[in-house]
Amino acid sequence: MPEAVERPEAERYEMAARPTYRFAVDRRDFLGLLGGGLLIVFSANAQEGRGFRRSEALPQDLNAWLHIGNDGTVTVCTGKAEVGQNIRTSLSQAASEELHCPIASIQLVMADTALTPYDMGTFGSRTTPAMAPQIRRAAATARETLLDLAAEHWKTDRAKLTMADGKVTCQDGKSIGFGELTKGQRLSRTIPREEAVARPQCQSAAKVAGREFVTGQHKYASDMHRPGMLYGRVLRPPAFDATLANLNAPSAPGVTVVHEKDFVGVAARDPQAAAHALSLLKAEWKSEPARVSSGAELYKHLKKTAAPGEGNLHGSIEAGLADADVKAQATYTVAYIAHAPLEPRAALAEWTDGQLTVWTGTQCPFRVREELGEAFGISQERVRVIVPDTGSAYGGKHSGECAVEAARLAKAAGRPVKLVWTREEEFTWAYFRPAGVIEVSSGARHDGTITAWDFHNYNSGGSAIDGLYDIPNRRTTFHPADSPLRQGSYRGLAATANHFAREVHIDELAHAAGMEPLAFRLKNIKDPRLRAVVEAATERFGWGQGSGIGMSCGFEKNGYIATCAQVGVDGSRIRVRRVVEAFDCGAVVNPDHLKNQIQGSISMALGGALFEQIRFSDGRIENARFSQYRVPRFADIPQIEVVLVDRPDLPSAGAGETPIVGLAPAVSNAVFHLTGKRLRSLPMQL
Amino acid sequence: MARVTELSINGTRLPVEADPDTPLLTVLRDHLDLTGTKYGCGEGQCGACTVLLDGQPVRSCITPLHAAAGKKITTIEGIHHPLQDAFLEEGAMQCGYCTSGMIVSGVALLEKNPQPSHDEIVHHMNGNICRCGTYLRILAAIEKAASHA
Repeated sequence: MPEAVERPEAERYEMAARPTYRFAVDRRDFLGLLGGGLLIVFSANAQEGRGFRRSEALPQDLNAWLHIGNDGTVTVCTGKAEVGQNIRTSLSQAASEELHCPIASIQLVMADTALTPYDMGTFGSRTTPAMAPQIRRAAATARETLLDLAAEHWKTDRAKLTMADGKVTCQDGKSIGFGELTKGQRLSRTIPREEAVARPQCQSAAKVAGREFVTGQHKYASDMHRPGMLYGRVLRPPAFDATLANLNAPSAPGVTVVHEKDFVGVAARDPQAAAHALSLLKAEWKSEPARVSSGAELYKHLKKTAAPGEGNLHGSIEAGLADADVKAQATYTVAYIAHAPLEPRAALAEWTDGQLTVWTGTQCPFRVREELGEAFGISQERVRVIVPDTGSAYGGKHSGECAVEAARLAKAAGRPVKLVWTREEEFTWAYFRPAGVIEVSSGARHDGTITAWDFHNYNSGGSAIDGLYDIPNRRTTFHPADSPLRQGSYRGLAATANHFAREVHIDELAHAAGMEPLAFRLKNIKDPRLRAVVEAATERFGWGQGSGIGMSCGFEKNGYIATCAQVGVDGSRIRVRRVVEAFDCGAVVNPDHLKNQIQGSISMALGGALFEQIRFSDGRIENARFSQYRVPRFADIPQIEVVLVDRPDLPSAGAGETPIVGLAPAVSNAVFHLTGKRLRSLPMQL
Repeated sequence: MARVTELSINGTRLPVEADPDTPLLTVLRDHLDLTGTKYGCGEGQCGACTVLLDGQPVRSCITPLHAAAGKKITTIEGIHHPLQDAFLEEGAMQCGYCTSGMIVSGVALLEKNPQPSHDEIVHHMNGNICRCGTYLRILAAIEKAASHA
């Protein structure tokens, strides 16, 4: 398979909302479109990477991806963004392994629309399965080119040459560095599309540039500064659907006020001055009566507005239920939750001679470039988006609102403007993981064979809606519905909701059939990789011992996962004491960073499982602060043990998302084991 | 309220010009370009903005400038402590945005209590949020730095 441009899974919720703002287009900007301004590019051929569209393949010219400097430094370009998943490290490993050079000699240029090939975005756990092989192919092509150059340089047979430690060495002992071979010139080669790539070497390389983070030196988008820079603030409506009826904006020296349609913002010399200027604005807003509030009303609304959906049917549900000795039927719900990245959205925008440069924390720099182009009616060729390694995202930073707002203020002020959303803005004006209702009815025989499975997901999404249980009569249906809140991507997205409902329901059905939940699962799972993680997790956990134990298993984005949890109850509070998770994502790239992702996923999953939910009414978020929206903290974290099931014989899958899906159902099942009470709603409350 | 004209930060006296009610975080980041200290919530709930005032950890987002006058301020840029190496050795970060606050909070604990128990560490650090969930690694890093003390 050629590495075609990535596509998100069909069922994945991508943000449907178009740019929030579309500003009136300046006539001069249209004329400027004809001008074709100068962009800074890394090499002439890097331009091949710009302007790529979804339907086009990745550039094959080596120069778009890789350059070797005079000093031997290897610069590798990728449109992927680093948001904490440590791909700056894993992709550097991929290049260094192919080029037999230290990781320190690899410089990864990431997520800069002027320098890197087009990339749809950093989501869907696609970096490891798709971008790492692409970088391996580029680096392997460079390696072969360097060996050719060395053979030519010494007028010797290539078979006598080896590459190690960033040098080419000849059998007779002489060696030459990469920089001396290329003399900084471009390597004109085409990357073969079909070339097989080596599997990763399974090395726990340390985080690239880790010291910058422990010394406070790393510059996030929110830390950027430009000469003459102003600080922006945006006036937010009191409710989501409110429109501006009237604005009284007193002028103040040194303050730029922008009022265009419903957008009102200010820019001033420092954050205090901007906050003061914002407080002087007197706005009247018109608001429609709000439709739906969080809680039971929300779930009714999702059911009421749901589309029939397209079911995936095998066999006959009726026949399967008729064949069953025991039946189960239950409804599960999941609340809207927020990504709450610790670095809120931030952007610094600068206009220079009609060219716009924006530094911003986003997973999708090329999409944000598109949004900026649309918002200002200018060609994307005149927009450059640069993403400094970002203070996390979890699927929450796909869209470019903050970048557009900063650019609008900078345009009016005629100076660079930095805009950092407040925590309340981040909680309110970004987007949310979808809420959902899932209804399941099922049947099984006394011997534990599941005969029927009818699974309906309303609104929360179709990812991982089909489990890996072998059930002859089964139907899974995703029903899109009207979401009262703006919803979009999230780490693990719907796979969390679908695994929660499926794995709790499996426990319920096992209980109805009078079977032990592990035996019941194994009775209905043939997939050897799923069985392997279930066996690995339960063995490490010591399954069957003690009280308050529960388990779950599943499959998402080519990763296989099994989770065991032990819980205690402290009054009305659920305490997760111990979690064992086994994970198979094919060949392991970096075991320590993989463990970090799994431990992090389990810790983050505790929030959605036990505390996190967005409360809203009258078109307002009611808990848009960390003091009102409880996230996991040190005292919540259980003992976590990770079992890596390495499959060096198989391609590597992404690992930042799937490990989040197993915790909630395992905890629910453990609470049932301890108390006899079924918890079917996230967040779970006793 | 008396104007504050200079601050003592990381052993250096720096002139400042800001309203005395300005949050210390704003002064550090936006007036003095000491951006290692992070904004996370503005209400003292996440710990990303933690700095030391005379060795005591405070949330600089809710500490007004005047409260820092005349005190020794230590920010992440002024920290040189084995805990930083321990963070690297334990891989105690993902996105790294919480790291400054975690290290400053951790150093404050270790300076006061060089051999804290596990529960003491959890209690002391519970006001710092790591949204990536690297808590266990941060605990391991603090324990490692303590064991080397």
